[in-house]
Amino acid sequence: MSYPGLFHRDGDHCVTTLRATEVGILRRVFTETANLVSDRHSADPAAARLFPEAYPDDVAESEEFRRFTEDELRAEKSHQIGVVLGCLPHRAGQVRLDEDHAEAWLRALTDARLTLGIRMEIDENTDLGAEIDNAAMRDPTGFRAVQLSVYGYLTYVQESLIEALTET
Amino acid sequence: MTGTQLTPAEATEAHETADPDRPWITVVHNDPVNLMSYVTWVFQKLFGYSRAKAEKLMLDVHHKGRAVVSSGIRERMEYDASRLHAYGLWATVERS
Repeated sequence: MSYPGLFHRDGDHCVTTLRATEVGILRRVFTETANLVSDRHSADPAAARLFPEAYPDDVAESEEFRRFTEDELRAEKSHQIGVVLGCLPHRAGQVRLDEDHAEAWLRALTDARLTLGIRMEIDENTDLGAEIDNAAMRDPTGFRAVQLSVYGYLTYVQESLIEALTET
Repeated sequence: MTGTQLTPAEATEAHETADPDRPWITVVHNDPVNLMSYVTWVFQKLFGYSRAKAEKLMLDVHHKGRAVVSSGIRERMEYDASRLHAYGLWATVERS
């Protein structure tokens, strides 16, 4: 039995079937994340989380680290997102990932969730269900309610994928 | 971190003892987004740690806010930190 967005294991592959709405959400989220990753001059706080300082107490050392690592890091993150976008069906349909593709999905989902997490100010004490209810009560189609729901959906997809991938 | 499958292990003391042959350390910090299962998988994948060791480190990050995931020469620690950044973990480099 397969549920939308929920990965399961099929031999060496992790498999799910996505509805058109899910494909649309994933395409939009990953495109936004790709734009953030490719913008070297972004002042978005999410960018600071995706490319953290290696030496938080030493600006000069952090800059030096960045000088040597950032280009490759950006290229790698862009590549992972490109792989994921390439796996998405045109509208609805099955996604079938080998181990390398599953890894690209896990990493791109992480970057997308980190970005949304920063923007939605998610912290250790955030009760996502309660937050979504509160936001939806104020405005069911409002930005915050929608973004929090997308975050919850991405978490659900990632959780099922890591389980399917590491299942023994 | 966030996740459901794992119950908290009993807190143990951090092993952050200075070793002259391993003068630098890579530290992973807790964040509210990364899944516990994902962080464990990353530690296994990047460092070749056993599942038990990776889970222990993950729980240290989760409960204590940080864990030393590798130690050695500085260049190596910077490499480890950049790999962890590539997987979305919040890693820093420090003197041990």
